[in-house]
Amino acid sequence: MPHTTTAPEAMTNRSLRAYLYGLPGVDEVGAAARAKDLSTRSVKTTAKATAIDLAISMVDLTTLEGADTPGKVRALCTKAAHPDPADRTVPTVGAVCVYPDMVANAVTALRGTGVEVASVATAFPSGRAPLEAKLVDTRHAVAEGATEIDMVIDRGAFLAGDYLKVFEEITAVKEACGDAHLKVILETGELVTYDNVRRASHLAIRAGADFIKTSTGKIAPAATLPVVLVMLEAVRDHHAATGRRVGVKPAGGIRTTKDAIRHLVLVNETTGPAWLTPDLFRIGASSLLNDLLMQRTKLTTGTYPGPDHYTQD
Amino acid sequence: MAEIFEYAPAPESRSVVTLRDTYDLFIDGAFTPAEDGTQLTTVNPADETELARVAVAGPVDIDRAVAAARRAHENVWGPMSGLERGKYLFRIARIIQERSRELAVLESMDNGKPIKETRDVDLPLVAAHFFYHAGWADKLAHAGLGPDPRPLGVAAQVIPWNFPLLMLAWKIAPALATGNTVVLKPAETTPLTALVFAEICQEADLPAGVVNILPGAGETGRKLVEHPGTDKVAFTGSTEVGRQIARAVAGTPKRLTLELGGKGANIVYDDAAIDQAVEGIVSGIFFNQGHVCCAGSRLLVQESIAEELLARLKTRVTQLRVGDPLDKNTDLGAINSAAQLERIRELTDSGESEGAERWSPACDLPENGYWFAPTVLTGISQAHRVAREEIFGPVLSVLTFRTPEEAVTKANNTPYGLSAGVWTEKGSRMLWTAERLRAGVVWSNTFNKFDPTSPFGGYKESGYGREGGRHGLEAYLG
Repeated sequence: MPHTTTAPEAMTNRSLRAYLYGLPGVDEVGAAARAKDLSTRSVKTTAKATAIDLAISMVDLTTLEGADTPGKVRALCTKAAHPDPADRTVPTVGAVCVYPDMVANAVTALRGTGVEVASVATAFPSGRAPLEAKLVDTRHAVAEGATEIDMVIDRGAFLAGDYLKVFEEITAVKEACGDAHLKVILETGELVTYDNVRRASHLAIRAGADFIKTSTGKIAPAATLPVVLVMLEAVRDHHAATGRRVGVKPAGGIRTTKDAIRHLVLVNETTGPAWLTPDLFRIGASSLLNDLLMQRTKLTTGTYPGPDHYTQD
Repeated sequence: MAEIFEYAPAPESRSVVTLRDTYDLFIDGAFTPAEDGTQLTTVNPADETELARVAVAGPVDIDRAVAAARRAHENVWGPMSGLERGKYLFRIARIIQERSRELAVLESMDNGKPIKETRDVDLPLVAAHFFYHAGWADKLAHAGLGPDPRPLGVAAQVIPWNFPLLMLAWKIAPALATGNTVVLKPAETTPLTALVFAEICQEADLPAGVVNILPGAGETGRKLVEHPGTDKVAFTGSTEVGRQIARAVAGTPKRLTLELGGKGANIVYDDAAIDQAVEGIVSGIFFNQGHVCCAGSRLLVQESIAEELLARLKTRVTQLRVGDPLDKNTDLGAINSAAQLERIRELTDSGESEGAERWSPACDLPENGYWFAPTVLTGISQAHRVAREEIFGPVLSVLTFRTPEEAVTKANNTPYGLSAGVWTEKGSRMLWTAERLRAGVVWSNTFNKFDPTSPFGGYKESGYGREGGRHGLEAYLG
């Protein structure tokens, strides 16, 4: 598949542009129709039980507020390790996602739980800071113990056609990450077109992203099904061309079990089930978790316990 | 890996459908047995179980139905104001929406098509056709057909089995909106939803005789179109039968519209949005098991991307879920009849024996019923039978081209001319190609999309006349 070959030797803005504009276009109507068609899949009974547990294990439980405090983060971490205090068979979530200055609190709270600590970095959410500041931000989070870094791309540079700047920032942050996994937030709500989403996806993948992520959660629309479809196609094509598997993380706007299952169906029928693991698919969310827990109880007991049976943290 | 997330069976409930043991003819507002007592058996093609016995209309029944339609036209429906006719059509449209689940399930049972399609495509379009034409009923003076266009009278309508209720809607809605009355023969293998539609006409208090439904096989259809008491014949079906009808109608004052076979070309240029093109190819040929007269049964792909496109296409086709039409996750249902299955087998085998490479994904087909795996034939040239004859099944013939001129030449090099699709991200090439294609419908970066506002019909041996839109009204107005 010629459009997903490896990078040209001399990385210049011109060569990157040639690569990105050589990618096949995305027909907006067709992509939306495909996503809509897949959203009619009916996932019931045993399949629903599997999907709910899978989704819980994929949640990046997130708090990204100016008002975050150590107490708030500790509460979230407890929830991440034991989502349902009444039912210890519920899996832990994938990770807790916080701002860099909250990483230490999360690391302490999550020690021994198997839940990863993810930190946003690089002047999240706007990314409007000098590269030096972004790298300091990143190194701080990693030094504090974050095992996953969620960076934002420079959307301004992308929209201005300075693909090299975007690319070089990602590679620099990747280097600063060391062993930590790098998730690259495209902020698709600001890129707007699916052609841009496809190009940004491939740009991030080639710059070394371990994951590509839709959104910061601060911009609407965030994770829409067609956008996730286009991103899944990008990682699928990259795998076909190179054998390397890159993960995908929709974030923002996924609040119900039904939404989460629709995303899993999209994964199942786009990249195939190899991506149905927290190593390759995450869902950035906060309120989603309680709905998953409630639907899980409904499946096992036949009744809805009501929202007050789940912790509000 | 597949076991990680295997969709559990999700069958749509059959309880919304109350099947009767026998169904009668619908003549002059009432259900009546056939004069000579003849019946046919309609089966569920997915498992070959018998669904019901259905009365077969003979010459006496046809006489009665045509006479009833004539009376209704002269005494009630013709003189009625367009505004009043529109009210009936709106009422029918609303009842169809209210009973859409029942109709969707019944259609899937009688036809074999997946519930996903009857629920999301057939039934919404059926209702939309009645709503759309209901709106026209009092605005015919503005249709560009003169200040006071008049109905023709009684229309004899014969429809196929591939979209039983939708084809009924395409025929009955414009006829009624324009003040005509109808005698309609549904297909032999799929009469049930048409008979439920007859119930809906009763429920809507449609005056007796405006709509008459006469099930039967080819003989009933032949007698109906030859009946001297009608003013208009509308037929959707095979080109072969279309020719017989044209001969039968020739020399009579009857007006005729024919919507016949096709061998639609789906042209994919090298700059196409490839993922969406793959989706379009799949829906072009596997939608409704390929039982679509306008199916994109010939894929014309630019040779420079043929290999990559076919690899992606095969991956995608492998994902199609073939099986129980009533399972909500089924993508490809049953072939409608043993006879159609035999025709698909014969033509596909001929492709193979003429040198085509035949590919189907591994898929478990149910033991009972009529099933055919999705099939892709490559290495096809224009001279192969499978590149020329309509297969009317889930079988795609793949041809390649080098230049836009060659694509257009090959696309047009067929006796048919019903549909075509073009896939390119370049607007000028899209327009250049569409201008040169001799096909009634040209889809641009999509395929098999239908809308009541859009006229549909063929060039050449795909028939004449248009259905839908303002153009479709012309076929029912004098």
